[in-house]
Amino acid sequence: MPTDPPLLELRGVSKRFAGVTALDNVDFSLGRGEIHGLVGENGAGKSTLMKIIAGVHSEYEGEMRLDGHPVRLRTPRDARDAGIGMVHQELSIVPALSVAENVMLGRQPLNRLGVISWRRMRDQARAQLRELGIEVDPAAPAGSLPLGLQQMIELARVLLSGARILILDEPTSALSPPEVEKLFALLERLRASGRSVVFISHFLDDVLRISDNVTVFRNGRRVGASPARSISKAWLIERMIGGGHERLEESYTDARTLPPRPSTPAVLEAEGLGVAGLFDGASLRVHAGEVLGIYGFMGSGQLELARALSGKLKLDHGTVRVDGREARLRRGTPGAKRAGIAFVPESRRAMLFAPQPVYRNISISILERINRLLLRPRLEREIAGGHVRRLGVRPARVDLPVGQLSGGNQQKVALARWLTHLPRVLLLSEPTRGMDVGAKDDVVRIVRALRAEGIGIVVVSSEPETVLSLADRILVMRRGVLAREFAGEAVGKDRLLEAA
Amino acid sequence: MSAPLTDPAALREPLWLRLGGQLRNLAPFVTLIALVVLFSLLSPSFATVGNVSNILQQVSITAIIAVGLTYVILCAEIDLSVASVANAAGILLAFFTLQDASVNIANIPLPGPLAMLLALAGALALGAVTAFGVTWIGIPSFIMTLAMLQIGNGIGALLVRGQIAYNVPDLVVALGSGSIGPVPWIVLVAALVLLVGHLVLTYTRFGRYVYMVGGNREAAEHSGVAVKAVVAGVMMISALCSGIAGMLGVAYFGSAQQNQFDNYLLDAISAVVVGGTSLFGGQGGIGNTIVGVLVLGVLNNGLDHIRMDSFLKILIRGLVLLMALVINVYAQRLRSMRRGVG
Repeated sequence: MPTDPPLLELRGVSKRFAGVTALDNVDFSLGRGEIHGLVGENGAGKSTLMKIIAGVHSEYEGEMRLDGHPVRLRTPRDARDAGIGMVHQELSIVPALSVAENVMLGRQPLNRLGVISWRRMRDQARAQLRELGIEVDPAAPAGSLPLGLQQMIELARVLLSGARILILDEPTSALSPPEVEKLFALLERLRASGRSVVFISHFLDDVLRISDNVTVFRNGRRVGASPARSISKAWLIERMIGGGHERLEESYTDARTLPPRPSTPAVLEAEGLGVAGLFDGASLRVHAGEVLGIYGFMGSGQLELARALSGKLKLDHGTVRVDGREARLRRGTPGAKRAGIAFVPESRRAMLFAPQPVYRNISISILERINRLLLRPRLEREIAGGHVRRLGVRPARVDLPVGQLSGGNQQKVALARWLTHLPRVLLLSEPTRGMDVGAKDDVVRIVRALRAEGIGIVVVSSEPETVLSLADRILVMRRGVLAREFAGEAVGKDRLLEAA
Repeated sequence: MSAPLTDPAALREPLWLRLGGQLRNLAPFVTLIALVVLFSLLSPSFATVGNVSNILQQVSITAIIAVGLTYVILCAEIDLSVASVANAAGILLAFFTLQDASVNIANIPLPGPLAMLLALAGALALGAVTAFGVTWIGIPSFIMTLAMLQIGNGIGALLVRGQIAYNVPDLVVALGSGSIGPVPWIVLVAALVLLVGHLVLTYTRFGRYVYMVGGNREAAEHSGVAVKAVVAGVMMISALCSGIAGMLGVAYFGSAQQNQFDNYLLDAISAVVVGGTSLFGGQGGIGNTIVGVLVLGVLNNGLDHIRMDSFLKILIRGLVLLMALVINVYAQRLRSMRRGVG
């Protein structure tokens, strides 16, 4: 049927946010009964495009056609009425409600008195779920089901509200392999029934397996599109990260040769760490004077692993030793601190006291060393002033509320907190996220200097550049499991992405 | 350290934002001055030495309770059990003191100092239960202290069984209702509690932690601060202050009986909030509470002096509290605007 127009077609779509181009003259098309994979790095433009399709962004240049007719969707409601449904990575299931209520939300069958007919609701929900090949007790609370099933129930809800086009954002990142199989079986069933799916994912193997066609985005542009049959993972990665020729500052994409494993003693030894539903069986060692990078896609569990090592997240099992002595993480962050573990979380809001002056933000973790009972503000200011000058915090004023500094300077203040009395192990979560190049270089320099002091450093990130620029040794976390180690060999972004 | 300690950048902020940042502290103070001027003009009997002493005496118990509550609210928690714990402590004190034969309760007379110690220990024990419930079990303080309100009342009721006990140890009688020269002892005790409360909050490590935990609990935790211990600490401090207020109150009223402190719950919370301590935690202090206590005390006393209808008085106090709440929330919003300035 070559004359048939595609179900959904976008032509020459561009979108700018405050002068920054998020999408640059992009074409995209989706046929009936097609599963279309969409890949690209964070910030490549995938989600902007999907938000245009889902009616979230209504201001853009270019044209969108549904069934060959030009449309402009002004609101998510418009999109829903046009048969477009989206399932986000963060599910919107109501955990306390039953499966049936979740599936039938907003469309509950009523009896003659205008009251919800529970029996009909359950029967309808059961029948409709069975049609999709989902066997589950409709009376069970949705929150009690495994994540894979919850996701399918959300999918069912979107489908049953009349969606012909289904957009799935990272649907497999938190699923176990058997759950992925079940999801794929459901998607194949949908394809057979003529419905179309956009499958956004970092998991390239999954994309290649399930998709009919794949589109690759980079820096807001479509840089590749092909039937999935005729391409490989390497082809995708090459297009996702580019050849390294386009921009000079992307030198981190070049392969780096990691130093050999150090012979210094281990400062941190973790055995069989696990937190139900997040990660499991994680064992790692960090040596003195070493930066260990842990890389994984968003939702793979590496951020949670750092959180657990910091005492913030309670471990279900496993032991952590610092310098051979067991760290009492059951006592929370104070226990970790006593053992010599320090943590700088990815969110600065979770780290800093915005209205408080810089010096108090720095001294908060050393007050007990200054004086067990009393405060000594002059000494606090002096200590903070030293860090502020050494780290180049701008403006260099210790009485300024820290909330008035820029992101990069806030990050330096957050780091400064642990520099007066060095910890044995420093955990850094996404230490350069959202920073400009200059601030990133500053952070790299600070981390190198700390490494030279002989402490063990763990850098956790979902950005390959961050790990590649900082780490001496790299572990890759994949769906809650430490899957691969890179040490003493050449590694680049392509190999990291491939392993994740 | 060479960097200037005061910040010239602040001078570049617009005037209204700079004043706005101080709204929390300025508004209560201006209100206090305005009320004093107003009542002095309207009533010749208001601005007299006798009446000032009167007002101070009237607010002393509220002030002592409000000190503990200031810690709790700075930590972004709440304690609804303060009046009930005070009541229980007062009744405990009477229970351990020899009563007249006409008071028919099976009490246990003990030496005065021991009775006082046991009453304070009782209040602290109730505070410990609250602290345990809030930190260990994880019950929100609003609900936990609501339960403790009932428990405190229950303990008091069981001990006095509907009767009125008049005797308390001599020392407490002197501190609660005696004077040294023209100054009532209870005012001095309240001043001492306020002073100690202020010093601990401003000059100790614990005080700093109270502000930090209230300002950003997650950040405090990431800094290795033992957040649970700090929260438990403020709940205990609140109970201790209530215990002191409860013992003095019994002497001040001249008797121990059920429900005699009920008004102090609302008064103490109002005082802290009217003074400008942020309901969201992390901002404010004992200085604010002093002003808040005085605003309420002057208002109460002044309205009597101008012969305000005592039923209308209740409504006026409600409106003043509402106004304070509006300012409190508005000040919070201004603060987040200022943060965006730099």
